[in-house]
Amino acid sequence: MLASIRANKNLQLFIGLLIGTGFGFLLQKGGLTSYNVIVGQLLFTDFTVLKTMMTAVITGMIGVHLLNAAGAVIFHPKQGSLGATVIGGLIFGVGFALLGYCPGTVVGAAAQGSFDAMFGGIVGITLGAGLFAALYPRMEKSILKKGYFGELTLPELLNAGEWTIIIPLCIMIMLLFVFLEKSGF
Amino acid sequence: MDILSMKQWSPYAVGIGIGLLNCLAFLLSDRFIGCSKAFSDGFAAIERICKGSQILKKPYYQKFVPHLDWFLMLVIGIVFGAFISAWISGELQGVWVPSLWAAHFGPSVAGRFCAALAGGFCIGLGARWAGGCTSGHGISGTIQLAVSSWLAVLCFFAGGIVTAALLFKVL
Repeated sequence: MLASIRANKNLQLFIGLLIGTGFGFLLQKGGLTSYNVIVGQLLFTDFTVLKTMMTAVITGMIGVHLLNAAGAVIFHPKQGSLGATVIGGLIFGVGFALLGYCPGTVVGAAAQGSFDAMFGGIVGITLGAGLFAALYPRMEKSILKKGYFGELTLPELLNAGEWTIIIPLCIMIMLLFVFLEKSGF
Repeated sequence: MDILSMKQWSPYAVGIGIGLLNCLAFLLSDRFIGCSKAFSDGFAAIERICKGSQILKKPYYQKFVPHLDWFLMLVIGIVFGAFISAWISGELQGVWVPSLWAAHFGPSVAGRFCAALAGGFCIGLGARWAGGCTSGHGISGTIQLAVSSWLAVLCFFAGGIVTAALLFKVL
């Protein structure tokens, strides 16, 4: 059943569209398509982004690991290296603060009428992605491989069972939520 | 009050919904929610129109093949979903300069446009460099307990927090 759903190309495009529609709806309802909310998080005046992302992480982490234990899904952890993940991540961060949207929320923001997202953000992200595609052959075997650690996962890194990591992580995140709510954020 | 026309939902409810959508993506499509590949596809499509299909031989496009795929449909879906949500809660409105920006840097449309363009450029470059964005690494990768994704999301926010502090002169 799952195999035939996954093998049906047109159905997959439709599922992608449906999941995207749900995602866009939730991002907008969550206020995450707003520049003020995202930059407010970076300035520590608004904790909507942290609360939403960390709740999604708890839900998703438990969900996909239960599905994995049931044999219904397999994981695709992304490979990483210090040269790719840290440098790329920091460049992303600079852009995150300047733009005030990310690649997912920028299209949602454009859809609700934020012209800065539409004409500045989307155009800029497309050009930046294009520059990376052009630079890639020169970086592929040098900087992107510096400090390469591959598709390493936290259970492998810490030599611990996955639930030994998931359960304490969920408790820590929930304690953070309690702290934020008690302190009025 | 009708729940669908509410302007903002609880971040915890929205987070649970996004987490469940990620589970659905894994289950139904053997894929994860990620948005930055669609921008690489978009650039490749423009490049193809200008320079012809030999651009598809570029090493990067051999690895991340640009075509109308699941990830592009996902981003098109975000447009629909966000539009519908904003429409039913009466939040569709043309805005050039967000209020928080205007309060600190003034109402200049050109100033905001330049910052958004430069910021977008860094995001596009950085997301592809790091191999994902706030959804691909930040949620989909972290839930798989991938070291690359936890490290990436720390760097996204570290870079973002320092840059925002410098821009808004908090430091």
